[in-house]
Amino acid sequence: MPVVSITNATKIFNPGSANQTEALKDINLSIEPGEFVSLIGPSGCGKSTLLRLIGDLIEPTAGQILVNDKPAHQARLDQDYGIVFQAPVLYEWRNITRNVQLPLELRGLPRREREKEAAAMLALVELTGFEKHYPWQLSGGMQQRASIARALVTKPAILLMDEPFGALDEMTRERMNMELHNIWQRAQATIIFVTHSIAEAVYLSNRVIVMSARPGRIFAEIDIDLPDSRSVETREETRFFELVNQLRESLRQAEAIGQ
Amino acid sequence: MSDPSIGQPPPGSDVDATGYSDVAVAVDETIRPWWRRGVFQHYLPAILIFVTCIVAWELFVRLLEIQAFLLPAPSVIGEAFTRNFNRLTHIGWFTTKEALGGFAIGCSLGILVAFATARWSTASEALMPFAIAANSVPILAFAPILNNWFGVDNPLSKMLIVAVIVFFPMMINTVRGLTLVDPAALELMQAYAASEFEILRHLRLPNALPYMFNAFKVAAALSMIGAVVSEYFGGNRSALGVFITQEAAQFRFHNSWAAIIIASAVGITFYLVILAVERFAIPWHVSVRGSDRG
Repeated sequence: MPVVSITNATKIFNPGSANQTEALKDINLSIEPGEFVSLIGPSGCGKSTLLRLIGDLIEPTAGQILVNDKPAHQARLDQDYGIVFQAPVLYEWRNITRNVQLPLELRGLPRREREKEAAAMLALVELTGFEKHYPWQLSGGMQQRASIARALVTKPAILLMDEPFGALDEMTRERMNMELHNIWQRAQATIIFVTHSIAEAVYLSNRVIVMSARPGRIFAEIDIDLPDSRSVETREETRFFELVNQLRESLRQAEAIGQ
Repeated sequence: MSDPSIGQPPPGSDVDATGYSDVAVAVDETIRPWWRRGVFQHYLPAILIFVTCIVAWELFVRLLEIQAFLLPAPSVIGEAFTRNFNRLTHIGWFTTKEALGGFAIGCSLGILVAFATARWSTASEALMPFAIAANSVPILAFAPILNNWFGVDNPLSKMLIVAVIVFFPMMINTVRGLTLVDPAALELMQAYAASEFEILRHLRLPNALPYMFNAFKVAAALSMIGAVVSEYFGGNRSALGVFITQEAAQFRFHNSWAAIIIASAVGITFYLVILAVERFAIPWHVSVRGSDRG
């Protein structure tokens, strides 16, 4: 049973008005449990829109989106997913552990349990010792790891990530990629990951969805047949380069038809 | 930044690859002589300027032989202050109560209306025009009328003037704080299917606190001004504004000046109290945490 199943999803912004835009057209996509799927494409291809549709932050104009076999709306109410944005979006009045505990607080979990879960998640993202720090006392990379811990603390079936490392420098980003890969393997979550970076998509994913713009459509799917366990060396393997080139070529074609 | 052992991340955390070193740095205060320690050194320039101004004022009045009814020397004012100290504190407290009462009424109403307008857009549409109109009205002009309504002696007439004056800054700032919320922070709440009340409690309210403290500071200053000036239009004999006008009318300007010192002291104290509460209530906010981290 797929975790996410999208049939003929279409999203039109401002329908009927002068600035009507067809952001997504006839999207069909199915994501299996435990998969790491990246969405990549030229700007305006609707990859973030697709992520928001899955998370029920916006509603499709037409089509059906099922998450865990129920409508996306119900899945959101059941808190079936965690979400990570490009910015860490930590609340500045809460220290790190209280930020991570927020989703559990909204679920009404007692304090002791919340603290236990948050401590486990902070250990997972290697932020043990920073519980009492406030967000502004941490670097960008650490803040983003805290936001990943917050997204994972409810043990969601799906993790939605919208260019989470877009604002980080290249070195931190590669390091975060490695950490996310490890977290993914340990947490056994399904991850849907929006990115601009070809190398990042290849390094992290089982499958990369290439999208084209105007209207946003799925242009190609590339299976990433790298070994399951990936490390620094993965980026130096021949197969890695082949896949990067294949993805780059596919993106070029996708970009061409959008113009 | 003097002691390298301070500000290091706790043991067990990895700081190698990206060098996360920007954890808050505490400066050791004990290794400096007292005159170079934080608070004193921080306020030293302000103290020097104050003393210089007072000395210059004294010299100016004495050397140019300025007549006392135009500008009394600081020493004369100081003498009037100590001579009338009991009376001044008595009338100062009377007016302070008016200011505090008006502050409490105006701020409570401002916050109440702000929550209503932020919650229900119909309330916002219905109330906003009045609030903005009220802000454009020279409220002190109503002082004689309120004196007539409630009686010149009644502190309530002054409290209401103060309440109306502080209402607008309080309301508008609270509305801003409740509504100017980072869209991503709101989307996060939405993603967790948080209720309106939970969003208010966990996001909008903490977000509004810094705005509200700014409003409290403005309102503190305004409340003392409002109370004293509305007393100029008549009031209880033991009111600060009444004392100032009466003494001035009888050419005892040094007494008026002494009363102004009391009014200023109350205003400054009021402001400092709010500052202290702010530090305690929102230690996380940029305005409070200083420049620990760039």
